[in-house]
Formats: sequence, C-alpha cells, structure tokens
Amino acid sequence: MKKRRLNWSLWAGFLVSGVAFATYFLFFAQFPVTRDFPWVNLLLFGAAAALFIVGLQRAFVNASSYRGRVSGPILTTLSTVILGFFCFSVFVESRHLPSAENAPQVGQKAPQFSLPDTNGKSESLSELLSTPIGAPSTQRRVPKGVLLVFYRGYW
Amino acid sequence: MGIRPVAISVDAPEVSRGLCQRRGYTFIFLSDPKAEVIRRYDLLHRGAGIKGHDIARPAEFLVDSARTVRWANLTEALRVRARPEQMIEAAKVLQ
Repeated sequence: MKKRRLNWSLWAGFLVSGVAFATYFLFFAQFPVTRDFPWVNLLLFGAAAALFIVGLQRAFVNASSYRGRVSGPILTTLSTVILGFFCFSVFVESRHLPSAENAPQVGQKAPQFSLPDTNGKSESLSELLSTPIGAPSTQRRVPKGVLLVFYRGYW
Repeated sequence: MGIRPVAISVDAPEVSRGLCQRRGYTFIFLSDPKAEVIRRYDLLHRGAGIKGHDIARPAEFLVDSARTVRWANLTEALRVRARPEQMIEAAKVLQ
C-alpha cells in the first residue's frame, strides 16, 4: 500500500490562523491603519482558509495519497473558532462604547482641570482659555474658545 | 480662527511628544495617565486599551471663554483625528 503523505496544508492553515489572530493584538493594533479595520489579519485568515481548502481536498478527494481525514476537520473547526473569536474581539467588543451620560452637555460648565503638556508643564483649563494664542512676534489674541479633543491614545 | 485645540489622552508626555514630532502637530497635548480628568468628563472606557488599561472614549467639546460648553461631539467611530469640517462648523458658533 502506498504510504500516505503528511497533509502539511492543513497544519499550515492552522498555523496561519493562529498567526493571523496573535499578530493583530501583538503588532498590527498599534497602527491606526491596520487597527481600525484589520485588513492584514483578515487577509491572513483568507490565506489560512485557502490552505484548508487545499488540505481538505487532499484528505478526502485524494485520500489514497494524503492523510488528514481526522485531523482536517478538527483543525478546521479550531481555526474557525479562532476566527470567530477574533471577529468578536475586534468588531463587537471594541465598538461597545460606554454611554457617557454624565459628560458635560451644551450649556453646562466644562469641569476644571490641570494636566501636564508634552514638556511636563502643567496647564489648567482657565490658563488655556486666557493665555493668548500666537508666537510673540505675531499679533497675540486671547482665544475665543478651547476645543478639548479626548482621544484613545496610542498606548 | 481663534480657537485653541487641546488633545487629551492617557498617553504619557513623552509618548505624545513623539506623536507630535512624527506628525508635525503644533497644538497642545495633555497627559492624563490616571484618567482623572477623563473620569471627571465621564469619558472612561474601562479596559479598552491594548493591555487592558482604562482609556478615554473619543469625544470633543468646544468650550467658550466663560468655560461654558457650546458644542459637544461624542463620536461613535474610534478614531484619533477629529474631522476638520465638523469643527469649523462648530467653531462658527463662537463668532
């Protein structure tokens, strides 16, 4: 009887799906281009799917030459679970924003604060509203207002 | 335009400084590492940072010289950049 070959395509598909999952959180999430919509990782999952399709075809259609009729479905299921968990984490959980019911509304006073700037110098809201804008050489004017932009940060 | 933009996040001053240098930003970046001010503005997003840190949910407030909020935007999209057109529209409120 012909010795059946190891179905490397199945194992590669499983490995690539693991890489697709891990590299998002470990690497690609640091850059807005690849974080906001994880297109690189979805491409990797696509590559894993292609490897599984080849591997499963070999295991079932070409069963005399290749192994994998047991490992194939198991690995495919595991990778599907990984993909599902990935999609949940990225698309569902992270879109869940807290309601911010007590955030200041139009007409209310903005809460006072004092925070350090990029040079470590402390700035208060009152100072930001009253310190003139502009370099000393130009016409310096008191600002009409301050636009506070709260953002997630780059961690 | 007469409006002073101020960006606030939990990033440390050094991180914001690096960001400003890389992107060429000239406006003020403030650090709120313990999220105290973020909490005061009720913008805390628990555990949403990459290592499970508490961070701010995105929001913008236009505050006039009397410290009154004249425009508020609690954005649903998780992006850092504010949209210039919206802010210009909002700024007209202060003319």
